[in-house]
This record gives sequence, structure tokens and C-alpha cells, in this order.
Amino acid sequence: MQKMRVLLVDDETEFVSALAERLNLRGFEAQTAGSGEEALTKVDASQPDVVLLDVVMPGMSGLEVLKRIKKAHPQVKVILLTGRGSWEGIQGVRDGAYDCLMKPIQIEELMQVMTDAVEGKEKNDPLKENESCVN
Amino acid sequence: MVSWLRHKLAGFFGSLREFPDYAQSPERYKALRRNIVIKMLVVTILPLVLMGLINHYLYRQTMQDEIVRPLKILVNKTKHSFELFLAERLSAVSFIASSHTCAELADSKNLSRIFNVMKKEFSGVVDLGFLDPNGVQVSYDGPYKLQGKDYTEQDWYKEARVRGSYISDVFLGYRRLPHLVMAVERSVTGVCLGCVLRATIDTNRFMELIAAMRLDPTSDAFLLNKNGVFQTPSQFYGQVLETFPMPLPPRSYEPNVLEMKDNHGREVMVTYAYFEYLPFILMVVKPRSQLMRAWYTLKTEAFFIFVGGVLIIFLVIFKLADTLVQRLEESDLKREAAYREMQESSKLASIGRLAAGVAHEINNPLAIINEKAGLIKDLTELTPDCPQRQKLLPLTGAILQSVDRCRTITQRLLGFARRMDVSVEMLSLNEVIEEVLGFLEKEALHRNIDLQLNLVKDMPRIASDRGQLQQVFLNILNNAFDAVDDGGQVAITSFEVDINNVGVTIQDNGQGMTQETMTHLFEPFFTTKKGHGTGLGLSITYGIVKKLGGDIRVKSQLGMGTTFTVFLPKKALALSGE
Repeated sequence: MQKMRVLLVDDETEFVSALAERLNLRGFEAQTAGSGEEALTKVDASQPDVVLLDVVMPGMSGLEVLKRIKKAHPQVKVILLTGRGSWEGIQGVRDGAYDCLMKPIQIEELMQVMTDAVEGKEKNDPLKENESCVN
Repeated sequence: MVSWLRHKLAGFFGSLREFPDYAQSPERYKALRRNIVIKMLVVTILPLVLMGLINHYLYRQTMQDEIVRPLKILVNKTKHSFELFLAERLSAVSFIASSHTCAELADSKNLSRIFNVMKKEFSGVVDLGFLDPNGVQVSYDGPYKLQGKDYTEQDWYKEARVRGSYISDVFLGYRRLPHLVMAVERSVTGVCLGCVLRATIDTNRFMELIAAMRLDPTSDAFLLNKNGVFQTPSQFYGQVLETFPMPLPPRSYEPNVLEMKDNHGREVMVTYAYFEYLPFILMVVKPRSQLMRAWYTLKTEAFFIFVGGVLIIFLVIFKLADTLVQRLEESDLKREAAYREMQESSKLASIGRLAAGVAHEINNPLAIINEKAGLIKDLTELTPDCPQRQKLLPLTGAILQSVDRCRTITQRLLGFARRMDVSVEMLSLNEVIEEVLGFLEKEALHRNIDLQLNLVKDMPRIASDRGQLQQVFLNILNNAFDAVDDGGQVAITSFEVDINNVGVTIQDNGQGMTQETMTHLFEPFFTTKKGHGTGLGLSITYGIVKKLGGDIRVKSQLGMGTTFTVFLPKKALALSGE
């Protein structure tokens, strides 16, 4: 079975590096990016299966990056990460993100969501069901 | 003195103008009501009273003039009639005295002839007599036998001798009947010096003159002499030659009016005039009540109208002041309540924003801790010969557990602060309560808590958010369960408040709360559960209920228990995007 390729985007490098290592240990192929611009370059270069994208970043915001990825590579699944349960997450889901998760994340939950995303499972109406992001 | 008065006035008006400093106290409204009433009464009743008094005075004056003038005219006319009557007869006597010689007058036959002519021409003449210089009546004609009588000791004779002519007042004389004498001394020639011609006048003629005044039966008119002796009989005060029982009025030849109380205690108006050349006073006495009857009627009517007006003004002013102050009090209360609510909600909102910021800032480092600890755990698990494996695994486990606890807290904080999405559906409140109780049944059983469920059967379905309501009732019920001891009691009652609202009461017989606790009950981070409790449960509950357009009220008594009442609108406010 082919490894799932994941791009982790967050300005908190300590967070992404540790998470990438943990995912790699679990059989994923994870890369990291420290900014929106870097993320776009890496997506163009390697077209990962899933992009895990922090909403709040200096420079280009997560939502902007999301729009550009979805425009250039609509097949790439994007899962948003946020530190605050805000409307931005829900906005992101409306703009084409598969889901929105709240930091700190549990790795098992993250893996499940990524698997669901790649397998193309339908997400329900985010406004009603997206408990993980808004609660 | 002036400055003292000014100071006093300033003090009084100052107290009217300024309110006591302790605003919002009932004293303020009492003072306000009093001030309004006093000021309005002053500005309405004072002019009314002044106008009433002025009107009263002027009208009374006019009325009195209207009544008094005809009386004066009448008295004056009658007085003139008397004077004319007597003057005519005196001139006749005077004419006879000077146109005849002493011898002619001393002759009885001659005198009789003259008397007969005179009686025809002048009514009221009773007899005629001629006195020689010694005062002896030498000739006489009339109904009495008075010839040869000596009059030297009679007052009228002396007066006539001194003055030349004289009209006496009424007296009895030799005939023992009231009559009046007019005498003229002949002074034409030296021969007859000292001879006097006298005539007697019948006082019945006086009564005719008085009767001609045509007074009503309650009034009285009579003639007095200047010593107050009746010359004509009076209806109420005495007979001829008796004395008038009241003091005589001051001398006035013009008709004058006096108001006094007579000897019977009646209020009377006395109109009188003194005769200038005669020893008489003409007097008309009328009871005031009769004279002023129209005035009294008017006065009574005016008085009743005045009293009625004042009464209505009083009522209206009191009612008006009452309504005004009540409205003011109500609006003050509303304003204060709105202000407090605003203060409360803005306090909650700012704390909420702060909490959200804090939660966000903590979540990022928390995520790093989580991943680093997770990585350590992963690496340890993947390395079977790791020397400290047995120690490291529980350590990282504990770190991850703590991160989880922090995560719960930050997520709750965000839950409190976040913009809630209200998902409205038609639901049965009773069902929601039963669902929530499903979570708590085990604990109730375990702790032997008596759960009393009084759900009204035909409760209308309401449009609200099921999930949010579950959280609301779960939070309140959790608190109730925490408050009661094992074996305690929790009662849940649902009811319909009115056409627009339903309510649920959750009552426990637990430890209750202090006033201090009640004050901070809905504030975030306020908790009495030391060690376990975020202090967010009730503030979130409060936020949800408010979002849904409802309200929460709490009653509590220390040691007796607490009652939460949640009011919910049948149609929740759909605050989309907020």
C-alpha cells in the first residue's frame, strides 16, 4: 500500500516537526512548511494527498493558502488547524477544506480524519456537526 | 429682617427645588411628589382664592349699593313729607297769628270760625287755641275742654316764647293723649306782646305718612324724638312715648345706613335721617337676611362652586402627581435594570473575549507540548530496549493527560466566548429534560437522590436549540446534584408561563448559597467547587439562555436549597452569525 503523503503547514516549527516525525512513525510520508508561501511551493512541487494547514499564520493566512491550493489543485484535501474555535474554521470548510480541527489535536483523531478525507468520505454540514472545530 | 426673610424663602424654595441626595430612594419620589403637589396647588388655588375674594368684595359692594340706595331715597322722601306736612301747618298758624288782632283771636266765636276754615284746608289739625301773655288759654276750639288752662309751665310754651315759633315732640299734656303742639308767638305790635297761638296736630297723620312707605311686614319704620322716645308706634321695638331700646345712631341729616344687631338678636340694617329743624329722627329697620337674601343665595352658590372647584383641583393634582411620579419611578427602574443588564452582559462579553484570547494563546504551546510528549512516547514505545522505558511511558502519559485537561478547559473557554450557532428546531422541552436526566439517572440511583419530575403533560412544542438546551439543563442539574447530600431531593417542574413563554424550575434541598455567591453566580471562572470546576458552567448556561432569548432566575437560601428557573420563549431568537 502506498504511503499517504501529508504536508504540515504551521509557523510553529517545533509543533510541525514533532507532528511530522510522529506521522512518519505511523507510516505516513510527512513534510513540513513554515509559511503559506513555502506551502504553496511544496504543493506545486509534490502535490501531497493531504495538507494540514494552520489558519493563523504571519504573512499569508491559512484561508488564503487554502483558496490558492483549491484553485490550483482541487484534488488535494486540506484539513484546517486552529488554536481558537472560531468562525474562520467554518468559513474554511465552506471554502473547500475537508474539516477543521482544534489544537491540541489527538493523533488518532487526526489520522482518522486524514484517512476519511483521502477515501473521499462525505462530511456532514459543518455548521451542525463540526463539533471538533467550534467547541 | 429682609435678609432673614430672603434666607428663609431661599431655604424653602431651595428645598422645593432640590431633591435629597440619596437618589433612587423612595424619599426622592416622595419629595418630588410633594413638590409637584405644592407648586401646582399654589399656582392654581392662589389665583382662584384671590379672584374669589375680589369678586366677593366687589359684588357685595354692588349688591349693598343696589339695596341701600332705594332705602335712602325712601327715607329722604318720607322725611321731606313730614317736614312739608308740619311746615305747611306751621305757616298756616303763623299766618293766622299775624293776620288777626289779639282781640279777634281772643274772641272764641272768631277763633271757631278760623278753626273751621283751617280744618277744611289742613288735615290733621285737632284744635286751635289762643293764649294771653300770662300763658292762659283765653279762647279755644276743639274736642277737649281746655279753655282757661294755664300753660306757663309747659315746655312748648316756654320754647315758643323764646323762639317765636315752635313745634313740640309728642307728649300727653292735659288731655292725656299723645299729641304734638305747634305754637307761634304774635310779635307784630307791642300791644299784644307775649300772646301765643297754638294748634294741635293729630299723630295719626304721621302713621299715614309712614304707612305710605309701603314696607314689607318684616320691616319696621317709626319716628323718634332726639332723646330716643317713640313718636309713632313701632312694630318690634315699642309703643308711643316708650324709649327706643338701642343706642341712637350718630347724627346725620342725610339718610345714612348702619348695620347692627337689634335687641332681639336679629341682624338688621337701619336707615335713618335726623330732621334739621324738627326734634325727630326717622328710622327704617330692615332685617339683613331679607335684604341680602339674593346675595346670600349667590354667595352660597359661589361658595359651593369654589369648594367643588378646589376639590377637583386637589383631586386632579394629586392624581396627576401620582401618575407622573409613578411613571418616572417606573422608567427609572427600567433604565436602571437595563443599565445593570448592559453592564452585566458587557462584563461577561469582555471576560469572554479575554478568555478566548487566553485560550488561543495557550493552545499553540499546548499543541507543541502535546506533540513533543507524544513523540517521546512514540519513540519510547518503538524502542523496546530503552533503559528508562518503564519510567518514561507513565511520565509521558501523565503529560498527555494534563494536556488533555488543559484542552478541555481551553475548549470550554472558547465555547463560552465563541459565537454560538443556534440551530433551531421544533422540540418538546419535556423530552429534552428526560434526555438530560438519562445522563444523571445512574448517579441519582447511586447516591439515592430523590428525583421528582413534574412535567406538565400538554406542554406546547417550542422552537429552540436541542443541543444548547441539553447543555443548559445538564449544567444546572449537575450543580443541583453537587449541592445536595446523598439522599437529597431534586425536583424538576415544567410549566407554561404565558402565550409566548415556557419555563422549567429545578429545585434542590441542598446547601443553598450565600448572597455573595449569588452575586457572582454567572460570572466566568467563579466557582465554589474548589479543585474541580472551571467556573464556566453557569456562565455558559447564562450565555446560551440569553442567546435563545430566555432568562434565568435564581432563588436560594443558605441551608434550605436553591431554585433555578429557566424561562424560554416558544420561538427562540434566531441569531444567525452571531
